[in-house]
Amino acid sequence: MKVLASYNIKGGVGKTAAAVNLAHLAAGGGQRVLLWDLDPQGAASYLLRIRPRVKGGGKALIKGTRPVDDAIKGTDFDRLDLLPSDFTYRNLDLVLDAAAKPARRIARLLAPLAAEYDLIVLDCPPGISLLSENVLRAAGTVLVPLIPTTLSVRTLDQLTEFIAGLPAPRPDVLAFFSMTDRRKRLHREITEKLPAQRSDVAVAVIPALSLIERMSTERAPVSAFAPRSAAARYYQALWTEVAERLG
Amino acid sequence: MVHAFSQELVLDGSTRPDPGDLLSALPPPLTWAPAARPRTVGRAWLDTFDWRLYRAGLTLELRTAAGRAELMLTCPDGARITAPAGRGRWPRLAGSLPPGELRERLGPVAGHRALIQVARGASTVREVRVLNDDHKTVAWLAIDQISVNQPEQADVPARLAVRAVRGYQTEAEQAVAALTGATTRRAPPVLAAVLAPAGQRPGCYSSKVDVRLTAGMPATTAVATVLLRLLDTFDANLDGTIRATDTEFLHDLRVSVRRTRSALKLAGDMLPPGLADRFQPEFKWLGDLTTPTRDMDVYLLGFDTMSAGLVAAAPEELLPFRGYLTRRRAAARRRLLRGLRSERLAALRQEWRAALTALTSSPRAGRARGAAAAAPAIGEFAAARIARAHRKVLKRGEAITPESPPERLHDLRKRCKELRYLLEFFASLHEPAPHQRVLRQLKGLQDCLGDLQDTQIQQHEIREAAAQMMKQPDTPATALLAMGEVAAGVAARERAARADFASRFADFAAAGTQRRVRALTGAAA
Repeated sequence: MKVLASYNIKGGVGKTAAAVNLAHLAAGGGQRVLLWDLDPQGAASYLLRIRPRVKGGGKALIKGTRPVDDAIKGTDFDRLDLLPSDFTYRNLDLVLDAAAKPARRIARLLAPLAAEYDLIVLDCPPGISLLSENVLRAAGTVLVPLIPTTLSVRTLDQLTEFIAGLPAPRPDVLAFFSMTDRRKRLHREITEKLPAQRSDVAVAVIPALSLIERMSTERAPVSAFAPRSAAARYYQALWTEVAERLG
Repeated sequence: MVHAFSQELVLDGSTRPDPGDLLSALPPPLTWAPAARPRTVGRAWLDTFDWRLYRAGLTLELRTAAGRAELMLTCPDGARITAPAGRGRWPRLAGSLPPGELRERLGPVAGHRALIQVARGASTVREVRVLNDDHKTVAWLAIDQISVNQPEQADVPARLAVRAVRGYQTEAEQAVAALTGATTRRAPPVLAAVLAPAGQRPGCYSSKVDVRLTAGMPATTAVATVLLRLLDTFDANLDGTIRATDTEFLHDLRVSVRRTRSALKLAGDMLPPGLADRFQPEFKWLGDLTTPTRDMDVYLLGFDTMSAGLVAAAPEELLPFRGYLTRRRAAARRRLLRGLRSERLAALRQEWRAALTALTSSPRAGRARGAAAAAPAIGEFAAARIARAHRKVLKRGEAITPESPPERLHDLRKRCKELRYLLEFFASLHEPAPHQRVLRQLKGLQDCLGDLQDTQIQQHEIREAAAQMMKQPDTPATALLAMGEVAAGVAARERAARADFASRFADFAAAGTQRRVRALTGAAA
């Protein structure tokens, strides 16, 4: 079982869109996939038409009084399940802090799911917290959406540094440029230059496309409601690169 | 993916239901939407002639869609294994399927028996999504309309399968409740449903003599009933033997002939005068006709095991021997086919059936035409004949010493077989548990005697084959050397069986077995 986390310290960079589309593409390719919407805003749950509610809340899941298995919901797509968001996830740091071995709690919760799933995708809220540390320690690969600006490249460096400070095993980091606009010179320069210079930056990019924004009205992955669109092709290219990285 | 809830229903009477009608009673906020365009899939259900898969709780289906054929094996726990069907026409042996998990699971169950199409048809499946107020799919409903072409053309009542999406069991149960408002019932297994229009059911063939007799039945009627059942088995296996669907058709056909001959010998005096005498030579002819092909089948079926057991010689050095056996089998089979297609056999089957049907159609007719003026009841008769056959086995067995010639053991083997057949013919008169225990002890003795007989025949056959092959100038010396090694192995098996005899016979002759036989024969009387 591979664990892929879609994560960035910054918000609004396309983490959820990437998590939902890549999870859908992986399931379409035959993998058994679980997407865990860890963000209390519940955007991934909304996009998959699943109510952001877990009986007993995040506390029950983290403490183990409610099995993870019981909270899982099937999506409309073969082989793709969702562990929904819950508004109580906003307090996950407090709950985690009270648990034994707090930084490894999420990894321990995921371990029993190995028989049932080939891939787990974690859609994480922004920020650096105990939850994000948990995610980084549970994931084999961390996918980092970046808007092509100088500041966001700096954010990637900060994240890489933070991960380097974690105890082993440490996750592999793969960043990709998200919400790119080829009309902007800076975007063009950064998206062309950086993947050639750094092995932790994907060649595939996800442009800012209205079709991706339409996910919130269609409430489905792009690859489901517009499988032949340019947007779907961009996500497919990104998934091909991520899948290679996952091994 | 785990699906917490699924249920299959069948519609009473309706073969082409409308989804709108079916789902009109869905409680709000549940609604429905078609999932995809209806799709048609060719379906065939496969099993061995003697239903080995069905008896092992397995269902094997061949599904054909868009030019692709796929096999789907459903296991007793509901798990499914799928595999491409590969090339080849049906019937096929499991060993000819593409390698993989499905073949590995099927092989030991099907054994030497071919997989034949027991039913064929097509399914048109319409899938419907049951939605909640978020327009999220909470359950899938599949409406399966099956048209059967074989064994008999028919449309079977539509089958409805409701499957909950994980985490939405309550909504799926509501959908089922809405459906059960229509006239539905729990779906029988699909194989049973597609066979039903032809009046068949899975597992309907068995080579066992499963007749229901009662102790008070006139012996003439009961013996004729057993013989008629044996004739049914013969007839059931005739076509498969002629077509060479697999080797076991001939085996079952031969067993029915052997049992018939034993029944005529041991109970023919209960038939009208002259009937057994008239048919005995005919069944002897039939038995002799089938022996050479079966002998070669046994050799060839065990050939790979025999080759694998070689120590000094290489397996490929036995290939000329295999070629010799294959040629002999082909010649034997040509003679067999001439006999099975002959007017002599057609007349035998027809006249034998007419004679037996007349005896079984009315017990009074059986009694009036009975051999003895006052034919006994079958309970009394069976008890006496089984007791006599048992005494014979004990007497002959006790007389055998390590110095006894092979003929004595061969004679004992025949007496054991007679006792076995009598027990099988009249099994329905006995308590099942002690009957099975006696059979088990007898079978242990028979296996040992069978090994002795088989190994002696095989040694003779190998010598005969070697003599014939030496006459052919292109036979390599290595082949004869390898056959010598096989012969040595067979001789070792013969010695082991002979050494085993005393303890096997002692088990059978033990006081416990004798007491059980007495109880059986007492119960039958």
